[in-house]
Amino acid sequence: MITTKSVSYTYPSASEIVFPDLSIPAAGQFLLLGESGSGKTTLLHLLGGLLKLQRGTIDVNGTALSGLNESQLDRFRGRNYGFIFQRNHLLAALSVEQNLLMAPYLAGLKQDHHRVDEVLTQLGMADQKKKRIRELSLGQAQRVAIARAVLNKPSVIIADEPTSALDDKNCSRVAALLTSVAEQNRATLIIATHDHRLKDTIKNVIQL
Amino acid sequence: MVGAKGSPLQLILCNVFHVDFPTGNIKLIDADRLAKHRLVKHAIPLALGDSYQNYRIVGTIPAYAELYKAELASGDWWKNEMEVTIGAAVAQHLKLKAGDTFASAHGLSDGGHAHEAHPFVVKGVLKPTHTVLDNLILTQVASIWMVHEHTDEEAPVARPDSTTASVLVPSVMATDSTKEITSLLIKYRNPIAAIQLPRYINSQTNMQAASPSFEAARLFSILGVGIEAMTGFAYVLIFISALSIFIALYNSLKERRYDLAIMRSMGASRAKLVWATQLEGVWLTLWGSMLGIALGHAVLYLFTQWITESQTAGINSMTFYNEELYLLIGSVLLGMVCSLIPSLQAYRTDIHKVLAGN
Repeated sequence: MITTKSVSYTYPSASEIVFPDLSIPAAGQFLLLGESGSGKTTLLHLLGGLLKLQRGTIDVNGTALSGLNESQLDRFRGRNYGFIFQRNHLLAALSVEQNLLMAPYLAGLKQDHHRVDEVLTQLGMADQKKKRIRELSLGQAQRVAIARAVLNKPSVIIADEPTSALDDKNCSRVAALLTSVAEQNRATLIIATHDHRLKDTIKNVIQL
Repeated sequence: MVGAKGSPLQLILCNVFHVDFPTGNIKLIDADRLAKHRLVKHAIPLALGDSYQNYRIVGTIPAYAELYKAELASGDWWKNEMEVTIGAAVAQHLKLKAGDTFASAHGLSDGGHAHEAHPFVVKGVLKPTHTVLDNLILTQVASIWMVHEHTDEEAPVARPDSTTASVLVPSVMATDSTKEITSLLIKYRNPIAAIQLPRYINSQTNMQAASPSFEAARLFSILGVGIEAMTGFAYVLIFISALSIFIALYNSLKERRYDLAIMRSMGASRAKLVWATQLEGVWLTLWGSMLGIALGHAVLYLFTQWITESQTAGINSMTFYNEELYLLIGSVLLGMVCSLIPSLQAYRTDIHKVLAGN
């Protein structure tokens, strides 16, 4: 459950961006649509605790983000969020399994090998566990990135333009993967995009 | 060290370090006279000229071995003619033990005429002294002469009594003018002798005197330019390596700003990323220097395998110095310093800016 109230953000030498108040239920799936420069990424980063809140309040599962200091925010992110970015940025020198185990390691959680198997099976990648990242196709690498985002059982999955570089076929496939994986892990899914193709899969839209 | 006239450095290299060739011979009579000089405390004769498998046979007296505080590992000291006591390295490399016999070769290097008529008998083996003594075969001065006497083997030899015997080699007459030795190692009676005696020998006799420490120092001053240049070159190399490690870490950091930001987004604390970048730098430099030390020893090992002279010169590829430990500690510090700026960058990663800017 995420609720925001009178959130706005001002970049240096730019006009203030005022965001609508949001109330996103647990396990809900939302699209954050808007043109370039409309503040999609800014709102996403504010919601994800990646950017410090200037005005207004954001409450995630009963925790006010503005009340956390830098290191508390790090811990909070590690335990509650899974992020997926346009470029997946996996560690090329490591195997799929090792990349996934980075998530609990960085978040300071216990490394659970069964969870790795579980998530890879959900994504149909169970047989790729020992492969190096550079041996994977682009589509497979993206699945690993999704697996990494959900590995710590986050309550919120945040994706920033996950499909903008993909063709129609792959776009719908990734969208389907994201929604099903979020459902299986009972996580809230928020996708920021200017890609209107995703509207077919996710009906809830926040328009900026 | 007193020997035939010639290069004093050669005299020292030949008779002290046993690497160069002799400057020539001196008459036993002359050496005897010098040994009896009032400023001389001890005198040790050395007779060189033969070798066995590149190891030098030194005709001398037991006092020579005492100079190096040599102890027996097995067997006994040489007592009679044609008996030898061998150094530890000789025993090890030639697989000789007490009771073995061998024929020496003329000259100080391989390929000399073999003296098969006069085989030597090994009486004992010395413990390692880590000096040149490990590479020597010690015997009586008279053994060296005996090996080279071809003509008058049957001729009766006048045996001297205590009053007529030579001071240095009691088995021959002091008046025997045919006998020669290579050099004479002298210990002064007092500090004044250190000034007077060399001057006397160099001007009044047909021999020369040279100081081992002075000649060794002179040798290093000649080679010193080369050694200093090598050292300087090594420092330049270390500096360049440090610089390139720094540049490599700095550049890789630029490429990994996005990775670092993603790690932050996954919950990594700043401290964790600083720790990771520091560890990376230290890991690189530590393994680098360990590899370097291993390579250095490996090259030295090949060097000792290919060039046999290096073995007799006492170069051992398995000798490790404390300085190499300092090298490792230094490399850890270097790694930390080199990754200081990358660590700072990692600490200051602005997640939002990096991720949004991409």
